Amino acid sequence: MNSDTPVISAEHVWKLFGPSPEAYLSRMPEDHSFEDIRSDGYIAGVKDVSLEVTKGEMLVIMGLSGSGKSTLVRCFSRLHDITGGVIRIDGQDIMSLNATELIELRRSKMGMVFQSFGLLPHRTVLENVAFPLEMRGQDRHARRERALEMVRLVGLEGREDYFPRELSGGQQQRVGIARSLAIEPNIWFLDEPFSALDPLIRREMQDEFLRLQDMLGKTIVFITHDFDEALRLADRIAIMKDGAVEQVDTPDKIVLDPATEYVARFTEEVDKASVVHASVLATEGVPVDGEPVPGDATILSLARRLVEDMSDTIPVSLPDGGTGAMDRKAALAVLFGEKE
Amino acid sequence: MSDSGRANAIKSEAEAVSISAIRTRTIVLTLLGAAILLTVLKPWIPSVLVRLPEGAILPWADWLDAGFSWLQNDIGLIHVTRTISGWLGFLTDAAANVLYGKSRWPRLEALPWSVVAACSAVLGYWLGGWRLALLAGGTLVWTALMGQWKWAMETMSVIVVAVPFGFGIGLLLGMCAWKSRRFEEALRPILLVLQTLPFYSYLLPAVIFFKVGPTAASVATIVYSMPPMILMTIVGLRKVPPDVVEAGRMAGCTRWQMLRSVYLPSARSEILVGLNQVIMLALAMVVLTAFIGMPGLGAKLLAMMNSFKLGRSFEIGVTIVLLAVTLDRLSKAWVVKQPEHFEKGIPWWQRHAFLLLGLATFILFYMLSQYLPILDEVGRRQSLSMGKEIDTLIKGFLGISWVKAITDFLRWFFNIWVLIPTELALLFLPTFAVILVMTGVGYLLGGWFPALIGFLFFCAVAQLGWWDRAMLTLHSTLTAVFLAMLIGMPLAIWAAQRERASRWMIFACDTAQTFPSFIYLLPAIMLFGITPITVILAILIYTMVPVVRYTVEGLRGVPREITEAADMAGATRWQKLWKVEFPLAMPTIAVGLNQAFIFAFFMVIIAAFIGTRDLGQEMQRTLAGTDLGKNFTLGFSVVFMALTLDIAINSWARKRREILGQ
Repeated sequence: MNSDTPVISAEHVWKLFGPSPEAYLSRMPEDHSFEDIRSDGYIAGVKDVSLEVTKGEMLVIMGLSGSGKSTLVRCFSRLHDITGGVIRIDGQDIMSLNATELIELRRSKMGMVFQSFGLLPHRTVLENVAFPLEMRGQDRHARRERALEMVRLVGLEGREDYFPRELSGGQQQRVGIARSLAIEPNIWFLDEPFSALDPLIRREMQDEFLRLQDMLGKTIVFITHDFDEALRLADRIAIMKDGAVEQVDTPDKIVLDPATEYVARFTEEVDKASVVHASVLATEGVPVDGEPVPGDATILSLARRLVEDMSDTIPVSLPDGGTGAMDRKAALAVLFGEKE
Repeated sequence: MSDSGRANAIKSEAEAVSISAIRTRTIVLTLLGAAILLTVLKPWIPSVLVRLPEGAILPWADWLDAGFSWLQNDIGLIHVTRTISGWLGFLTDAAANVLYGKSRWPRLEALPWSVVAACSAVLGYWLGGWRLALLAGGTLVWTALMGQWKWAMETMSVIVVAVPFGFGIGLLLGMCAWKSRRFEEALRPILLVLQTLPFYSYLLPAVIFFKVGPTAASVATIVYSMPPMILMTIVGLRKVPPDVVEAGRMAGCTRWQMLRSVYLPSARSEILVGLNQVIMLALAMVVLTAFIGMPGLGAKLLAMMNSFKLGRSFEIGVTIVLLAVTLDRLSKAWVVKQPEHFEKGIPWWQRHAFLLLGLATFILFYMLSQYLPILDEVGRRQSLSMGKEIDTLIKGFLGISWVKAITDFLRWFFNIWVLIPTELALLFLPTFAVILVMTGVGYLLGGWFPALIGFLFFCAVAQLGWWDRAMLTLHSTLTAVFLAMLIGMPLAIWAAQRERASRWMIFACDTAQTFPSFIYLLPAIMLFGITPITVILAILIYTMVPVVRYTVEGLRGVPREITEAADMAGATRWQKLWKVEFPLAMPTIAVGLNQAFIFAFFMVIIAAFIGTRDLGQEMQRTLAGTDLGKNFTLGFSVVFMALTLDIAINSWARKRREILGQ
């Protein structure tokens, strides 16, 4: 595998639920809608999804309940066998793996965090974290060492010998996170990890999660039904509806340029100025005078400059080292939430 | 859909419902009418419809005997069972040696009773604090002081062998059923039959295939106690949360690792509830193995009751009840006992405090009992048994003129005005009329499937050749359950109106349900001696427990908002009870009623030894010989009748639940 092979790639992935999904998929007309499929007695969990996740990227899959986001991530980890299409992990077709190879893949490359934590009630914090290591047969001493390290990483030291029921929801999910990281996975799946937590704890856990991601730089597929959470965390967002992906793009692009009516409905209430970054509004190659603003600054953080600077364009320093020009009017429109 | 279209659809649906109600009524009334007609025209209808003639009854017993003999000798099953028998015998003997000093391997001396009692108290303390310690220790102290230690240990020696097997085999079968749908589907009907099979049909095959004595007792006990273990295992494994399962799979578990480290530990509670059930049923059965000559508490109780020594019987009864409650509370405490963590830096002897305490207790009492023989064994003369005194007391009480007047009146009233007339009526009915009525009951409660079952099963009862005896059995159960409802329902309704009373009532019923069924005969015999009314009273007490329990539970379980809504609608107490609470509680009450019937069929057979004239009496006679075929035709007559009611009531409850969206 070379360095620009995507870590996860999905091509025309289908997952149908029903009596004999493969046979149905092969004879189904191509333009069948979700409703058409349902009236035939099948549920399209995942409907013709193609996307890629590159190394170190965080893809957030966003959708309402029943949109198929959880099903899609379970296809990536092959907790579900897909009905059609191909999923490759590091270039390898995972449907071609036999049971042993699949177990090996999960033991070495994947970690997953679950919405209701999925902790084993009869094991202590430490034993839960060490569980995947125990399963792959690591010796007691080594797995204890590693598990302790993970417990410390998520800030639960001193609680190693507690049982899950003795912990709060947030603490339980920290255990879930520590467990999923114990085997040092390259790929990290998080299925609505913070949805079961109350809003204050959720915020705290998101910060914690961003801290961990800065430190570890994993390839992440993160699922949420909370658009704000998606905007806050994502490198790219995939918005799903009825099993299909409506749009995959950076948060800026999704907010500025929603591809479908459905996506637009989500973005309506969002304060765009706090999402859109200066670099997105900048055009390269046009020379501009003045002190450039950083490209990764949000429009909101540049509010004063935008209002006070009277020039038509404002220079922006881009991530690749160049400088671009940002149209001040367009930026102000974003700031005041005006429609173009 | 347009509004008018929707309205039409609703209307046609409502019409469909009322049409089906009318159809049900027509069919049921037709069947009932036909039955009445048959009865009225009895002298003129063909005799085949009145009673199946001898010639029409196939020799089922002979065929079964031939089948068993083929299994036993031609296939050579007897060698297999005798080998198993040898192993089981070895285990029960070893347990008997440790518990009461039977001279078998490992040839230790019997454990002093004080050691067992003290260690049980420590176990009780560990599981549930000082109350359980007191219960466990106290029960065993009582047993020893009453001079019943050896009998109790004879009983326990079978239990300690049967329970692990019942648990293990049940767990294994449960796991298989959970893995394979087909296996489960094959298992379900067998479990249903086992649940309604009279205990004599457990005992006789056990004796024939596994020798008289502790081995046969263990086998019968294992088979009898297993079904709930299987069911609880299936329930527990199905209930493991999907997140936990997926977490296990993502951790890269192999199938074996999944089962061992994820599924089984996560299903711990249900599995332990299953174990609790195994223990309780094992105790109930072990007591009954007195009928195949297994020594122990059951045998003593049977002997004392037979010779009408009420005082001694009472003492043994108390011991059995105490043992049952102790075993139940200890195992239930284990279900809810959750692991606790220890803070860092706690030394090892504090982590294992209870284990060490147990060991110390063991050593201490062992040493003490070497110097104080009374702690080792309570001799005959030292025992505090007051059998004679209690005997005089009870008999004196029953001899008081007004008490005697009441019991005599009750005996006369029930015999002359209730039991004999209804019994004669049931015997008078033509066979085919009864079959039609049962078909109608099945249709009324559950539609065509229970109706078909009722028809086929009662035809089968007729065909098995014990119709009159079967009717007597049916008569006892129906009368007793009817009386149990007559007394139990008002009691339950009264209790359900009160928070504290319902809590106490449920607690009392749950405790009473742990008593081995045999015990329920005791109060009946005490009050009425050995008469037909005793049988009815024993069944009545036994079946009242589920009737009361489920009625209270059903009525209390009605959601608060609904009763509040009824209050706000201005319902009076009675309106609320009849229009709101009862309809919603009915499915739960039906479950209780169903259990009452199954209990009744079980008890009526036990009561055979008082001297009934029904199926049980014949079954008891088969125990003396090797008449397996006859035993099974009798046993299955009971099974068919019990299952008809079970299937009908259950399908009614299920349908009702669906309609109510529960």
